[in-house]
Amino acid sequence: MYSFEPNEEQQMLIDAVGKYASNDLRPAAHDAEESRELPKKLVNKGWELGFLQASTPEAYGGFGERSAVTGVLALEEMAFGDLAGALAVLTPSLFATPILLGGSEEQKQQYLPKIVGGDWAPYTAALMEMSFDFDPNALKTTAKADGDTYVLNGEKIFVPFAKDTEAMLVYASLDGVTQGFIVTKGTAGLSISEEREKLMGLNALPMYRVKLENVAASRLGGASGHNFELILSAMRIASASAAVGVARSSFEYARNYAKEREAFGVKIAQKQAIAFFLAEMATEMEAIRLLTWEAAWKLDNNKDDAHTTAYLAQAGAADMAMMVTDRGVQIYGGHGYIRENPVELLLRNGRGFASLLGLVII
Amino acid sequence: MTIDFETPKPILQMQVMLQTVAENMMRSTSREFDENEHAIPWDYVEFMHTAMRSMGGGGGLTVTEDKPKEGAEKRPPLGYQKLAAQIEMLAWGDVGYYLITPGGGLGAAAVQAAGTPEQKAKFLARFNDDKPTYAAMCMTEPGAGSDTSAIRARAILDEATKEWIINGEKIFVTGGDKSFTEYEKLGKGFIVVWASIDPSAGRSGMRAFVVESGTPGVKITKLEHKLGIRASDTASISLVDARVPFENVLGSPTVEKTTTGFKGAMATFDATRPLVAASGLGVARAALEFLKEKLKENGVEIRYGLPRNKLTSIERDVIDMDIQVRSAWLMVLKAVWMADNKKPNALESSMSKVKAGDVTTKVTQKAVEILGPLGYSREFLLEKWFRDAKITDIYEGTGQINRMVVARQILGYSGAELR
Repeated sequence: MYSFEPNEEQQMLIDAVGKYASNDLRPAAHDAEESRELPKKLVNKGWELGFLQASTPEAYGGFGERSAVTGVLALEEMAFGDLAGALAVLTPSLFATPILLGGSEEQKQQYLPKIVGGDWAPYTAALMEMSFDFDPNALKTTAKADGDTYVLNGEKIFVPFAKDTEAMLVYASLDGVTQGFIVTKGTAGLSISEEREKLMGLNALPMYRVKLENVAASRLGGASGHNFELILSAMRIASASAAVGVARSSFEYARNYAKEREAFGVKIAQKQAIAFFLAEMATEMEAIRLLTWEAAWKLDNNKDDAHTTAYLAQAGAADMAMMVTDRGVQIYGGHGYIRENPVELLLRNGRGFASLLGLVII
Repeated sequence: MTIDFETPKPILQMQVMLQTVAENMMRSTSREFDENEHAIPWDYVEFMHTAMRSMGGGGGLTVTEDKPKEGAEKRPPLGYQKLAAQIEMLAWGDVGYYLITPGGGLGAAAVQAAGTPEQKAKFLARFNDDKPTYAAMCMTEPGAGSDTSAIRARAILDEATKEWIINGEKIFVTGGDKSFTEYEKLGKGFIVVWASIDPSAGRSGMRAFVVESGTPGVKITKLEHKLGIRASDTASISLVDARVPFENVLGSPTVEKTTTGFKGAMATFDATRPLVAASGLGVARAALEFLKEKLKENGVEIRYGLPRNKLTSIERDVIDMDIQVRSAWLMVLKAVWMADNKKPNALESSMSKVKAGDVTTKVTQKAVEILGPLGYSREFLLEKWFRDAKITDIYEGTGQINRMVVARQILGYSGAELR
């Protein structure tokens, strides 16, 4: 039976996250980007909304079951507030969610209660590599079996909070197949850059480069490993829903601005050139939002084409976010180019969805 | 309620059945009736009429609800969702044929939306009779297209005989010929004519009149030759002192100082726009499936999952087409789901039409481009689908008109604030 209505529980979560996004994240976004710093209180407040906790079963210290649909609903709201802030709040999920999806019983017991039971703590994951043809299914970082453990070699980029992390999940190619490996703080051969990564956007999110030289690690899921596709698709739909949130933020700023700004004696929103822009932005956002919901629903229900749909949602979302955030700036005209106004940051963040992967998972 | 994308069983079963119809009764003769414009594929018309009657549908492709079995759990309504899925599948077969599926069409929809119980009983029963029967909507005029308030047709009440006397010129009447001309194999149809009872009142003076087939003074003056949807007739109709019984006016026979009469007509568009979107998306899906099939035959695999900068140009195009067709279809589903659940859907309805108009034209254009000579040759149906597709962005409100509707909704503007 088709239905496009979130259930009561989901609606409560959407409302709570939406409030946090509008009242806390959104007003802080500009200064956080410029000062390259997210207030700790802000991140803690987001963590206390309990999104990861509600997605973790009681047996592992949480109070609910993971639902990809609930995840995309909540993440769109949070990313609407601020992408960097949303990614920071959800960084522990980069480590915890793959364990939930593919970890061994022992790994779940060892990490999940500690993460969801405590304050926000910088557990993280390293997927991306500095290569133009970066492909999550063809990583250059390698893993080799060495008795019961594995040895990792390679270099990872854009790893959020790597400097402070207790443990991170590093993705590497094991005989051509991508697998996650748990690397703990201080392991020999693990080095983390002093300098933070510098990107076009997302500067409030502290990211580091991670080098691995014969680093000993344990494999996610133990000796038999795990299904990486499940993790990848969870990253893809997360990316898609975050893109919808960022786009909606730009759309709303632009719509409100167009209703205020006058030219030729009328509000510019009364000109078809602007009104049609906005109509198309709204239409494209809705299209990708629904595709993302469907992909999430297919993942929750183990449908045959779930992974393909997640891939399509992510690809479509990258284009949509670019189109919408670009038009957001265009509608502001010259003012859109000035960093005092919010839409240029959204354009920089919007472009990221085509290049970035593995910075968020739900 | 919770978010759910599982196709309901009644819709799945119906799709399987209609796919057989599409393959065996539509695709097989699509080319023939494209090349012989204005010929009528009677096999299809008669088969569909019989099939729909035996299913208890009657009245053609309209919203139908299965009667719940006694004591059974009450299920949420599916009528519009089922109808959209039906239309999508028939249009996947041939959108021109879909348009001549017998039944009341837009003419009956107007009666349904604005008629009294007596009018509904009088005008709608015929669609369930032995012979296939049609009705059509006459809105557009040579000088009034998207701007329906510019309609010049005039209806004057003859107080002596209590008849309306209608004069006017109507064009682009879909199914006008089958609704008005008397064919031996067809039942007696009607056309619904929009005319003003008070030109000084603007839109609020606009009314719709049921004009029975064969009414003196009404003439089919032309059948258009079109870019596509050639199996469907598009008529020009002239009305010269055509006399229509007083009780054939839909809505109030007097003018109030409001625009409610006209808004009634516009409200029917909220219901029909996602359905037109669905018909376009059936064509788009046909073109996309044909494209994939031909690429496969020629050893071109689409590598889903690869980063985009590793894909070939063709792969990127096909993946983009997948995204567009699927997401547009979800917009249609949402709009009709809202209609079934009595949620106001003016925004979603118009957005689905904007999107489907874009997607249908672009996907069919791209498919022709990618397949080179195979796309352009009349040996295959793809070139026809390209021609058929274009109408999606034109009728039932052009893409631009629908952008206006969407923009007014998201900006909270009236027609006067954004024109």
